[in-house]
Amino acid sequence: MTDHSHGGEAHPKYLAHHFKSMEQQTSAGKLGMWVFMGQELLFFSGLFCAFGFVRSMYPEMVAQAQTSMDWRLGGINSIILLISSLTMSLCVRSARSNNKNATVKFLLATMACGFLFLTIKAAEWGMHFHEGYYPGKYFNPIPEAPVQDIHAHIFFGLYYVMTGMHGLHIVVGLGLMVWMLVRTLKNEFNSENYVSLENTSLFWHLVDIVWIFLYPLLYLAK
Amino acid sequence: MQKRDIGKPVFFADMLSSHHGMSTNYLTAKKGFLSWLFTVDHKRIGVMYFVSIALFFLVAGLFALLLRAELMQVRIPNATATSYMISADHYNEAFTFHGAIMVFLVIIPSVPATLGNFLLPLMIGAKDVAFPKLNLISFHLYIVGALFLVYTIAFGGLDTGWTFYTPYSTQTSTSVIAAVFGAFILGFASILTGVNFIVTVHKMRAPGMTWVRMPLFVWAIYATSVIQVLATPVVGVTLILVAIERLLGIGIFDSNLGGDPILFQNFFWFYSHPAVYIMILPGFGIISELVTTHSRKNIFGYKAVAISSIGIAVIGFFVWGHHMFTSGQSALASVFFSLLTYAVAVPTAIKVFSWVATLYKGSISFTTPMCYVFVFLFLFLIGGLTGIFLGALSTDVHLHNTYFVVAHFHYVMMGGTLIAWIGGIYHWWPKITGKKFNQTWGIISSIVVFIGFNLTFFPQFIMGSRGMPRRYYDYLPEYYSFHLLSSIGSFVLAVGLFIVLFNWLHSIFYGENESLANPWKGKSMEWTETAVVPIEHNFEKQPISTHGPYEFDELIKPIKAGGH
Amino acid sequence: MSGTAVQDTTWQGSFWLPQNISPMTGGQDNLFYFIYGLSVFFFIVVVGFMVYFAWKYRKKKEGERTTDIHGNTKLEIIWSVIPAILFIVIFAWGFLDWVKLNQPPQDSLEVKVIGRKWDWLFIDTKSGAETSDLIVPINTPVRLTMVSADVIHGFYVPDFRINRDVLPNQYTVLWFKAEKEGNYPILCTQYCGTKHSQMVRYVRVVSEPEYQKAMLAAQGAGLTPAQLGKKIFEGKGACASCHDVSKSKVRSVGPPLFGMYNEQQSIILANGKNETAKFDDNYIRESILNPNIRIVVGYPSVMPSYQGQFNDKELNALVEYIKSLK
Repeated sequence: MTDHSHGGEAHPKYLAHHFKSMEQQTSAGKLGMWVFMGQELLFFSGLFCAFGFVRSMYPEMVAQAQTSMDWRLGGINSIILLISSLTMSLCVRSARSNNKNATVKFLLATMACGFLFLTIKAAEWGMHFHEGYYPGKYFNPIPEAPVQDIHAHIFFGLYYVMTGMHGLHIVVGLGLMVWMLVRTLKNEFNSENYVSLENTSLFWHLVDIVWIFLYPLLYLAK
Repeated sequence: MQKRDIGKPVFFADMLSSHHGMSTNYLTAKKGFLSWLFTVDHKRIGVMYFVSIALFFLVAGLFALLLRAELMQVRIPNATATSYMISADHYNEAFTFHGAIMVFLVIIPSVPATLGNFLLPLMIGAKDVAFPKLNLISFHLYIVGALFLVYTIAFGGLDTGWTFYTPYSTQTSTSVIAAVFGAFILGFASILTGVNFIVTVHKMRAPGMTWVRMPLFVWAIYATSVIQVLATPVVGVTLILVAIERLLGIGIFDSNLGGDPILFQNFFWFYSHPAVYIMILPGFGIISELVTTHSRKNIFGYKAVAISSIGIAVIGFFVWGHHMFTSGQSALASVFFSLLTYAVAVPTAIKVFSWVATLYKGSISFTTPMCYVFVFLFLFLIGGLTGIFLGALSTDVHLHNTYFVVAHFHYVMMGGTLIAWIGGIYHWWPKITGKKFNQTWGIISSIVVFIGFNLTFFPQFIMGSRGMPRRYYDYLPEYYSFHLLSSIGSFVLAVGLFIVLFNWLHSIFYGENESLANPWKGKSMEWTETAVVPIEHNFEKQPISTHGPYEFDELIKPIKAGGH
Repeated sequence: MSGTAVQDTTWQGSFWLPQNISPMTGGQDNLFYFIYGLSVFFFIVVVGFMVYFAWKYRKKKEGERTTDIHGNTKLEIIWSVIPAILFIVIFAWGFLDWVKLNQPPQDSLEVKVIGRKWDWLFIDTKSGAETSDLIVPINTPVRLTMVSADVIHGFYVPDFRINRDVLPNQYTVLWFKAEKEGNYPILCTQYCGTKHSQMVRYVRVVSEPEYQKAMLAAQGAGLTPAQLGKKIFEGKGACASCHDVSKSKVRSVGPPLFGMYNEQQSIILANGKNETAKFDDNYIRESILNPNIRIVVGYPSVMPSYQGQFNDKELNALVEYIKSLK
């Protein structure tokens, strides 16, 4: 028979069978998330390296292509994500303080920010498509478009891949938040059991940090 | 009479449980195909990986026999593309599938997914890995990734070589996108397993088990997991870019579109070099366990062996350019990569010397696992020594992309990792299955494999240094006798491996039950704290670590003041 | 395919290495043998100890005692430092050779190399002579500037110990100085598809007068259109690597061309529709410039386009050559 006693108290149902204590479970959950984020960083680093390489190969082309990037929209998106990171942190704090209503509110606020980000991003893509800046072999700038460099399809291809991958991570984050919302509404989280929320928050911060690097690289660096 | 569900795992468990008549263990705890498919028990997951990996090893091995049979025929000069048993295109697909299946579906997961999964919690005295459900997800992802590769075999084929060099891979008409997507999913499985193992080692060790009381196998798995987590995402993003390049023509890797094929090579090898350390480090861990247990001696230089695993993992990230000395990369970059390649050779050498020194004044049993240790030491030594030729800038120029390289990596990957894996499976067989295996046939298998392996691959060194390139359907007549010898050897090797397979199958279906919980008298927790076959939760109660993993009873301890 | 003399198959060289026709670095083979000697030595030492210990310390009775040895710091340091020193020596030696390998002499003969699926073409920079084998004078440094017309190839001459990838849209460089007359195989060492192993050509090292004669012959002044077409077909077009022109009409990567002029061909259009087309001058021209519009039934759609690579004179020559195949 496996030993289930934990200093006398009943086995909490959110303590998994293979862990000895909530401390162990929480600490393991956190470490796991940090390790996972390490690999996410390397994933995006690959894309950053590719971009840096293209920039060194075609500096004028990249400079010209970057004139089509709207730094104001990008800036608004950056602020939105920063706010969402704040609301996500506050969400975790609320859960740890056993404040279910605040947890739900901040979760919804974060999700709203995420959706807003995606909307603005989609609009930006739409504006680029309007100019004929399709990715790769479909790149076909309209005659009035300012970017006509023959290699500009490379910049835009990478731009769509990088922002697309980032956007995919935002979608995943939103999905995680929906799941967290369901669990919060089912009263699963409290001051002892919150590590899933914290991990979701960590993931969201990572998504934010990636954007903090993407934005200047794509929009600002000239 | 139990209702027999279809599916091998059930049959297997029934075979074992009905012979036992003992209390339930992890094999018999829950029944039915679904109880296996959705298990979170690390031991069952390890067994399922084992069956899958053995199956894919067989498939990729058959592709290899096809290649060698084809190459056995006398070549006619100026042949057309379709002259022989199989066409040139089919030959190219055969070596691509052989490589891709072996690298992605067999060797990389072999030790960590099978023995790593099974043993890691047992060795550190834990009930399971840190994230059992994630472990199951990893397995499912592995199967999905494998299915993509199977799809590629059946539809469209793949003729790029497992290395997918651009622009060939972005231009060819074969099913590259399905294949790279499958490899991407497999990589994701690998990353999640790595995360799982790292957290397990950090957070779930038994009380009293300090880092220096861990079995060296655990150190090896830990170092491997670090590499898995940090290197795999880079190949992941690379493969995605290849797929997108094929779909959209971005122009990142194809110079006709403005890209750079050497950028692809850099990204690809940034992962694929550390990947070979993912392959070999766990094998090293197995050898440490086997050589100590079967010679009843503590490992010579525990700290050196442990730290060298970490050293290899770290330095291994900085040597990828030695695959690209002739690629047209900058001559200066090549210099740095050559120097660092020799740096990583030093900790490797230390391990080999340490294992041999462990034999000194030991009490060596010539069990099947120990025979495989000897085979490993012999073959891996040759593989490692031939790496020295390839790490030097000038000699590599002559040897690059010849059969010398093919022989080198088969000696280290197959003669190293795979031999260690087979030895490890034999060693832990009684714990995993509760059965005994036939030792005589086990030893015979090691001898036949040893002979067949050398016959297959040693001639390849000679023809390689004589100028025979790799991935060649056709060849100049002066290489004929080497190809013939190599092909004959491959059939001998195949016989040896089939002996291993039949030995295992025979043990499962007709083998005598193992009655001892610790038949090799090991001193690590997977032997000392478990039943003959571990129960579902591994231990009746939490084990406490009070000594190192190699403190065998036979050891004469030095006399210290105050006693020991 | 090679068009040159059949090679003598008796092995020229040592047990491990081919003869060294271009020992410019002086060090390459010596380093190989140095590493080999060390490897044999360490192999004998390690395996020797392994076998000796395995025999001497084999288990004689159950439970017999063993000595508890945890390590020996002095020994461990020795066996870490000595390999490290040897590795540094080997690295440095390889590095010195590498420098020489990458520095072609100033007065080298310049040859441009074009690799494509699946043949090589050599263009003598001075005279413009195009040849399918690399013809060079003895004892003359030759500098190769290489580029690929399609995917990555590898230029490897085992007898010269030179090997480098040939890239599309980018030049890579190799050099050698051959010191013995003869024919030495050139092998492609970067996998490039169906006939990767069959794009074998030769370096023909000849005397200086022979070399001058060969260059003159290769310049092809005074060729008829059909002769020029043949030269292009077998040379820079690499057409022969996929299309057979003999009477036996061998099926290869592409359809055979003998006797095809004015015949009807069953073809498939790009949209999948079946059609028959007449194999006339226009059909030939279209097949060269835009090959994947009409594909002969039963063949893969892999022919590359030669748009922009041939001028009208050369296109006409090819047409005439193919017409002459009867």
